[in-house]
Amino acid sequence: MGRLDPVFARTREEGRGALIGYLPAGFPTVDGSVELLRGMVEAGCDLVEVGVPYSDPVMDGPTIQAAADRALRSGFRLRDLFTVVEAVSSAGGQAVVMTYWNPVHRYGVDAFARDLAAAGGLGLITPDLIPDEADDWLTASEAHDLDRIFLVAPSSSEERIALTTAASSGFVYATAVMGVTGARDAVGGLAPGLVERTRAHTTLPIGVGLGVRSGEQAAEVVSFADAVIVGSAFVARAEAGVESVRELTAELAAGVRKAPSPIG
Amino acid sequence: MSGQAPQAHDPHAPGPHDPDARGHFGPYGGRFMPEALIGALDELSAEYDKARLDPEFTGEFTRLLREYAGRPSLLTEAPRFAEHAGGARVFLKREDLNHTGSHKINNVLGQALLTKRMGKRRVIAETGAGQHGVATATACALMGLDCVVYMGEVDTERQALNVARMKLLGAEVIPVKSGSRTLKDAINEALRDWVTNVDTTHYLLGTAAGGHPFPVMVRNFHKVIGAEARAQYLEQTGRLPDVVTACVGGGSNAIGIFHGFIDDADVRLVGIEPGGKGIESGEHGATLGEGSPGMLHGALSYLLQDEDGQTTEAYSISAGLDYPGVGPEHAWLKDTARAEYRSATDDEAMHAFRLLSRTEGIIPAIESAHALAGALKLGQELGPEGHILVNLSGRGDKDMDTAAKYFGFYEES
Repeated sequence: MGRLDPVFARTREEGRGALIGYLPAGFPTVDGSVELLRGMVEAGCDLVEVGVPYSDPVMDGPTIQAAADRALRSGFRLRDLFTVVEAVSSAGGQAVVMTYWNPVHRYGVDAFARDLAAAGGLGLITPDLIPDEADDWLTASEAHDLDRIFLVAPSSSEERIALTTAASSGFVYATAVMGVTGARDAVGGLAPGLVERTRAHTTLPIGVGLGVRSGEQAAEVVSFADAVIVGSAFVARAEAGVESVRELTAELAAGVRKAPSPIG
Repeated sequence: MSGQAPQAHDPHAPGPHDPDARGHFGPYGGRFMPEALIGALDELSAEYDKARLDPEFTGEFTRLLREYAGRPSLLTEAPRFAEHAGGARVFLKREDLNHTGSHKINNVLGQALLTKRMGKRRVIAETGAGQHGVATATACALMGLDCVVYMGEVDTERQALNVARMKLLGAEVIPVKSGSRTLKDAINEALRDWVTNVDTTHYLLGTAAGGHPFPVMVRNFHKVIGAEARAQYLEQTGRLPDVVTACVGGGSNAIGIFHGFIDDADVRLVGIEPGGKGIESGEHGATLGEGSPGMLHGALSYLLQDEDGQTTEAYSISAGLDYPGVGPEHAWLKDTARAEYRSATDDEAMHAFRLLSRTEGIIPAIESAHALAGALKLGQELGPEGHILVNLSGRGDKDMDTAAKYFGFYEES
């Protein structure tokens, strides 16, 4: 039983896709990120991904790079992550953490899992950790009852999709385009095929991310996936304040309710 | 000394010093990479595993090393320099004499041949000092491949001559303005390009780091350095050196020469890291000496990082050593004590840089000058009976502007 199962059970019951919003912890400040993430929860994100600002974000485009850089320069420390997750959880939000692996490795994988679970976090999305290298995370996630969200990509072989989905719980993160994060005008044409290939290997919900920024795109994504994941567009709106973030959330939340979910 | 028979084994053949099937040297190495790149790494591994056993591939590689790069490079004794090294005998492995002026050409020719075997037409690379970028641009010109080189903005300024060389060779040079604007960020940007264009593009990584198979593959392409040096040392002196020393940034020249001697238990292997403004100043690039285990650019190795696991900035006067990570096999050689790692400061390296120029008429790369600075100390420790082999990994032409500023030559004129 995954920690995120109730989230997807509810969206399936409502016959719609889930909206997942990403924002880095500590951006623009620790308190500021709490306010923004709570705004996203209140305005309709079913799940938030709390990002860990990292010095070498090789999967991220300029928008998230700049946000991570700003968070680090304004003094973000890893312990602040747990403060942010706790604040989101205690406000009724559902939160997972998205992090490059070295900060977790450095903190200690078991200690990180313990502290994340204690803060009310439900799982981890790991963009540069593949199951092949994840023995200690598999152990720690079992011990602390956290979901493991690994990624599949358009370049993944059938064999790798099978291996990755078998190691995952909660949901599977499908990267819609080959490339780094960043809002795009069109959802990658590779996404539907990837989702279809992934479904052949798992009954887990599948979330699609990388590039979405409008309600229309969100509707398009949830016509073939179980969740749409939005990151850079939220980061870009954060500059304009929490009201702007709420507006985007509302637009996207309306988008995921437009199209019937394929398994809804 | 024992085991002095020339080694004749094939540098490409699988052997006891290879990592496990998933690229682990002890606990180090592996693949801490996005899933989107795993397919490309698998493809590269499969192609390399075939190529290394294919006489057509290894024969073509060897032919290019001989007829294009100018191998074998010389082994030169440096007696006037050695007078400052406690009287020990000092020999230089002259990688500076290779085409393009450094050891980098070895790896580049091997990977460019693999790129063609994989049917890819576009090559990307990172560069710090510009030596790897120039070597990559050269091989791409030779083989008709498109070439894009990522280079930190700070480095494009301190190595402007190499930027011009790459452009002349037909490469596009993209200055990287993110992060510390040096080698680390150039690799980040190259990885972002690769994940976007992986179907058409080979990432020609310039050092024995990164996700598997890069560390073992790059090492094997550089093993020729150590294999030649061992045979030449025996031929010229009738014995093996007491110590083999090389500079370590990412560690490719060091791993290449170390492997010629790795089974000679009596030969000490000493890597010299950049001590920058002094270890105590905090401004250095001594990853193995001062760092701790962590992931950067795809492998678990030693890393300069803070207590939250954020990579910290390295510093060195040498753009090619200015890197907070290091290849995973060096981490394993350190932990198993088969190799030892020390550091030389900017000032020590620049002293050795000028000393070799004035005593031997050889201007080394500032990177290689760190190994020379190490040799000066090792010579004092060993005394007149000592034998030291230094990997002179590159020539110093590219460093003239840095050197002229350091020594105040511009002010004198």
